[in-house]
Amino acid sequence: MFTRSAAILAISLAGLSVPAKAHAQAQIHYGFGTAATSEDLEKFFSIPADGSGLPPGSGTAAEGAKVYAESCAACHGDKLEGNPAKGIGGDKLIGGRGTLATKAPIKTVESYWPYATTLFDYIKRTMPFSAPGSLSDAQVYSVVAYILSQANIIKPTEAINATTLPKIEMPNRNGFEPDPRPELDLYR
Amino acid sequence: MKDMAPVGYDEKTQRLIHDMVAAEARHISGRVVENPECDCKDGMFPARAPTTRRVFLFAAGSSSAAAALLGGRALAEEAPPGAKHFDVPRDPTRQQGRPVAADGYGTRSQFETEVRVRFPTPNENTSWSFTPLDKMQGNLTASGLHFERHHGGTPTIDPARHMLFVHGMVNTPKKFAMVDLKRFPSVTRRHFIECSGNGLTEWNKPTLKTVQGTHGLLSTSEWTGVPFATIAREVGLMDGASWVLAEGSDAAVMTRSIPMEKMLKDALLAYGQNGESIRPEQGYPLRLLLPGFEGNTHIKWLRRLQVSDKPFMTREETSKYTDLMANGKARQFTLEMEAKSVITFPSGEMKLPGPGFYNINGLAWSGRGRVQSVDVSVDAGKTWYPARIDGLPEPICTVRFDFPWMWDGTPAVIQSRCTDETGYIQPTLKQLIAIRGDNGPFGSIYHLNAIQSWAVAADGSVTNVHA
Repeated sequence: MFTRSAAILAISLAGLSVPAKAHAQAQIHYGFGTAATSEDLEKFFSIPADGSGLPPGSGTAAEGAKVYAESCAACHGDKLEGNPAKGIGGDKLIGGRGTLATKAPIKTVESYWPYATTLFDYIKRTMPFSAPGSLSDAQVYSVVAYILSQANIIKPTEAINATTLPKIEMPNRNGFEPDPRPELDLYR
Repeated sequence: MKDMAPVGYDEKTQRLIHDMVAAEARHISGRVVENPECDCKDGMFPARAPTTRRVFLFAAGSSSAAAALLGGRALAEEAPPGAKHFDVPRDPTRQQGRPVAADGYGTRSQFETEVRVRFPTPNENTSWSFTPLDKMQGNLTASGLHFERHHGGTPTIDPARHMLFVHGMVNTPKKFAMVDLKRFPSVTRRHFIECSGNGLTEWNKPTLKTVQGTHGLLSTSEWTGVPFATIAREVGLMDGASWVLAEGSDAAVMTRSIPMEKMLKDALLAYGQNGESIRPEQGYPLRLLLPGFEGNTHIKWLRRLQVSDKPFMTREETSKYTDLMANGKARQFTLEMEAKSVITFPSGEMKLPGPGFYNINGLAWSGRGRVQSVDVSVDAGKTWYPARIDGLPEPICTVRFDFPWMWDGTPAVIQSRCTDETGYIQPTLKQLIAIRGDNGPFGSIYHLNAIQSWAVAADGSVTNVHA
């Protein structure tokens, strides 16, 4: 790291053998790159658990059922049960509650995902697999509503939008803990 | 750990493992090795005979005879990936070789055939491939054999159009073209990258046969890039900035939240790998490098860093790369890769030709710093002897170790054990399972850093065992 005094030292050492003007002053700021404008940044999104960054719009499970049948069912199954077929490999989306502490845990949106906002972020980000990022915000809200209602986490009639989505309490919301490693048992 | 499975593999993982065993068996039976008429076997002593059809091509001798055997089929087709076929002269001292710089960018020898093997996930775009550690020499991994893990395939990115955006809790949001990034002072460092799923098949029983399968999600490269700290000063961090979201420019638009402490400590925005630009599979033109953190956090095809006061709870850091314990709670942000080692020679599916001297060697590494020491046992962990470490250990980089062994021809179980500079000692599988499954089977396949055992039978054959 360059401190001010180190920078001065570097310059004075350099000055011993070569004309000082041949050297740039030691930098901690370089000025490379250009300002990112709000237009540059508006195409990006990432939705934390508090829902900041969620777009306007709204969706319902009824609308979502249509989106799901059209864009999701081929890989994730008509009943959201997943599809392990070669070339597909879509995850199971619902079920598995109460299995996490058993010998055969089933990790799904319903049983494992702690935040509903993650579902919105992920679907908008990279689904459907064959055409990532092609769904409108309303379609994403709708398909999120459909999956959550099929998982019995929301009522089929509930509208999902930027206000309601972050408030949804996922079944495994409190199922995570910080990394305890290094594991103390290894020091006994 | 005999009766009760320590890991509750879900159905999907069970299917994957089953398919991987089959894929590995195909790879072993199909791999092309040395001329079967030569006893030398290049020091690696593969147990399986090469397939006859391809041996004719690779064996020294007349290529026209080989061509005749194939009914005139074009020989060029048979050069292994990364190589070109050339006819082998009877005596290379009696004719001129190929012209200098004949193709501008070199190829490997047509006699070198090792390749990455893909884990047969149903979908080829979201999958991973293993480095052939049993064939790697020295400490660095050949760039073309670096393991891969992609969540949406390898994108093709024009570096002239690629931008890195840095925004969020910064004073001046900025965008950097590749030419901008390359104007900053760079650093070059050697580091390993390991996938947190390395060894995921091995919890309940020895499953894959080769070290490529059991440990091949590990590779080491020399990386060149700009420290994140330099870029942080360019944009100015605001009070409270404590996490950074990194986002890739692939079809998965892969995202992970990284603690600011790590970003400012040693994170690199890397564009160079082993003396040239990063390979497309490794994130061309720009990737995040987080020394010692699990591989999936080293976001490839990096296009955006968003500074925040909290993690974003992305899909990868909630539903995927979390570790479900036996009590039903999952560990989150288990980012460091702990000390680990493996013997790569001799290792699974090799066969020692007979009693005598063998230079046991392998790799050791730790995500927490330098390797301090490596021990080797040839009696299943009853007695440990210090191994020689080749060269000076560097922080968060593999070392190659070796241990001279005079094999007396009786069955032996060989193991290695790494101690890192923090004093952490690589655990046994039994120790790990006792901790993570303290009230039954657990649901995490990740972060298996246990001591690996290879059994050497009286006939010299080497197999993967739990000991």
